[in-house]
Amino acid sequence: MEEIFDPVCIDKEAIDSMDVVYDKTPLLTDAPMHYCPGCGHGIAHKMLMEVIAEMGIQEQTIGVAPVGCSVFAYHYMDVDMQEAAHGRACAVATGIKRVRPDKFVFTYQGDGDLAAIGTAETIHAVNRGENILVLFINNAIYGMTGGQMAPTSLQNQVTSTSPYGRDTKFTGAPLKMTELVAHLPGAYYVTRQAVNNVNSVRRLKKAIRTALEYQKDNNGTCFIEVISNCPSGYRMTPLQSMRWIEENMFSVFPLGDIKVPGKGGAVS
Amino acid sequence: MENNENVRLMKGNEAMAEAAIRAGMDAYFGYPITPQSEVLEYLTAEIPKRHGIVLQAESEVAAINMIYGAAGAGARVMTSSSSPGFSLMQEGISYIASAQLPCLLVNVNRGGPGLGTIQPSQGDYFQATKGGGHGDYHMYVLAPASVQEMADHVFEGFRIAEKYRLPAMILSDGALGQMMEKVILPEEGSLPKETPEWGTTGKPKTRERNIITSLFIQPEKMEEINLGLQRKYQALRSEIKFEEYCLDDAEYILTAYGLAARISKKAVDILREQGIKAGLFRPITVYPFPSEQLEHHAVHARFILDVEMNAGQMVEDVRLAVNGETPVYFKGRMGGMIPTPAEIVEAVMTKINVLEESLV
Amino acid sequence: MKLNEEIIIAGFGGQGILSMGQTLSYAAIKENKETSWMPSYGPEMRGGTANCVVILSDAPVSSPIISEFDTAIVFNQPSLDKFENAVKPGGILLYEKSSIIRVPERTDITVLGIPVLEEAEKLKKKQTANMIMLGAYLELKPVIGQEAIIYALKKVLPERHHHLIPLNEQAIELGKKLVRELTGKEARNGNAKESVHEYSAG
Repeated sequence: MEEIFDPVCIDKEAIDSMDVVYDKTPLLTDAPMHYCPGCGHGIAHKMLMEVIAEMGIQEQTIGVAPVGCSVFAYHYMDVDMQEAAHGRACAVATGIKRVRPDKFVFTYQGDGDLAAIGTAETIHAVNRGENILVLFINNAIYGMTGGQMAPTSLQNQVTSTSPYGRDTKFTGAPLKMTELVAHLPGAYYVTRQAVNNVNSVRRLKKAIRTALEYQKDNNGTCFIEVISNCPSGYRMTPLQSMRWIEENMFSVFPLGDIKVPGKGGAVS
Repeated sequence: MENNENVRLMKGNEAMAEAAIRAGMDAYFGYPITPQSEVLEYLTAEIPKRHGIVLQAESEVAAINMIYGAAGAGARVMTSSSSPGFSLMQEGISYIASAQLPCLLVNVNRGGPGLGTIQPSQGDYFQATKGGGHGDYHMYVLAPASVQEMADHVFEGFRIAEKYRLPAMILSDGALGQMMEKVILPEEGSLPKETPEWGTTGKPKTRERNIITSLFIQPEKMEEINLGLQRKYQALRSEIKFEEYCLDDAEYILTAYGLAARISKKAVDILREQGIKAGLFRPITVYPFPSEQLEHHAVHARFILDVEMNAGQMVEDVRLAVNGETPVYFKGRMGGMIPTPAEIVEAVMTKINVLEESLV
Repeated sequence: MKLNEEIIIAGFGGQGILSMGQTLSYAAIKENKETSWMPSYGPEMRGGTANCVVILSDAPVSSPIISEFDTAIVFNQPSLDKFENAVKPGGILLYEKSSIIRVPERTDITVLGIPVLEEAEKLKKKQTANMIMLGAYLELKPVIGQEAIIYALKKVLPERHHHLIPLNEQAIELGKKLVRELTGKEARNGNAKESVHEYSAG
């Protein structure tokens, strides 16, 4: 591992075990995260790893990291992982799952990765009903490259490549990948969650748990979109960015289950 | 003979597919394209009855990334395509080379550039041997010249890929893929296999997690990775293969690979019948290129004529190997056209005549 | 004598050109000979011209791509025009009689027009035309034995058509008989040159 990501070990013995009121999940490594302060990625990482720890499936889990801000997800998640080319995570996950069908396989992808360059791989993996979990982090912007317009950017949203606001007549409307894949027979469980407050985070964790439990039954793809924030990209404080997604994104990307097993596969 | 299941009349593409099953291939991911679709067709018919995984991907881009994933998970994997499809795969191949994953890729070369023609060509030599995708990398590239070698090279490709942890390629062409010849198929199970310790197979408590990546953002680290790759390519030179034909007393040497070498061999026979001391040097591995082995013969030759089904690609490696010791000429056909033995004989005779006149 | 027979078979797609060549190659394998079968392929196969080059040899085949042939078997005028001059002196040129307007002009080779389409109609199975032609060729040049040909038919024909093997055998026999009748003697290795040419030109 690269030097800059060498773990900073906290002297845990300095704290009496009786005094510990909070600890990080054991499946997050000690590497300090490179995410900006207030970024939702850290929350999503934590929820995913907590579920894997609670299910006791660390040894059976293989993850796929994307290209984007979470390109280094494998530095923080203490499971076997592969780093995919930009947009190709679902194809890589297909390769893994087909030769290791008894393992839990997930992809962790942002909106540029999944909804722009990786649209084809995503749709076809879901259409084949690949028995994987796709965790799709949507913050309506390209974070890593410096705040450019994403396929999920909102009408009139100002980004570094839509400086006068996104003109959807010219550049297309926000792409609703989650609704799109929900229509596919291969999609088993499709839901949209968020990281804007504690209740949302709890619901997200429940959804991840549900999806990984489903993976045991080999029923098809579980697809979870996570509405997240990008304080640096939005040029906002963390709190302002959370308010921004609540006030602007939730109306375009409404939260909740979109396809739930046993409910006729109804798509709202 | 018909009772022996190992001796068959097969198309090159089918022989390759059958050999892959016999080599214990765990998974194949591919996309249809002429003239190699028989590989996918054969495997989708055979694998359900035997063993392994075969999946038709939504594109060559997806196929090569499925290869990345499955190879990273420690499986023995293969894909095949033809020229335009390989252009699409270049990104994935670069990542596979950097992440040091073993896999076997088969290019049944057709005429280009662009959509080109479905007829046979050797126009992808540069792409196959010089890198193709971005960055400093190479594949181990085998160039079969017969249906028999199409089958044998599957085993050899897997063996080398896994020994050195790199992508191996079979650089074939449409004619070799489509033609039928007698082939003696390798025995099933004769290629040993073990799950590599570096694969993402799920992290047991006994080891650190395994990570498959091509991202080394610190330049010092990236250079270190590159130096490691270069050492690997140096070591690969011990795996060079080539064929010498009538070279002991040859004054005129033909150099050619793959189908062009088969045709050149016949040209050598015709020239020898006419009392002309011709010979053939055929690189079987076109990367690494058998430079020293060729140079050894070149010093005794009056000239070399390089024959290819392209505008002159391997001829650059021939010239580098020969390093000015003897003149190197080129005879090529392009766009799916195949040179005939008679054309090659004529090209040799023309050069001999020029040489004779210059000596008068 | 050492065998090295280089054959081109050419005609329209759908005339059984490729399978006729494959029959020879499969039979060669059965007889432990070396062989190569090189098709023209792709869109050309569907209704356009189709051809395949078959080499039968005692030694490993060097080039599967050749421009001169010991035998050319053609089923249409464009193929005759293309390959008449590609037959080596002393070689054989067989053509489908009713498909030819301009008869071959070469006098240094064995030329024989066989009415295979007409004969196939008589067998009530047009698809046997290629096998009648195969019989004609094997009568002129018995490079492969009957047993191996029957084996090859089982390989070339899909299993659902295996009941047609006796009909194909019948067609091959018919082709052989036609050549015997046309040449007036047991034609072997181009010995019947003059009488054959006289007939075909007539």
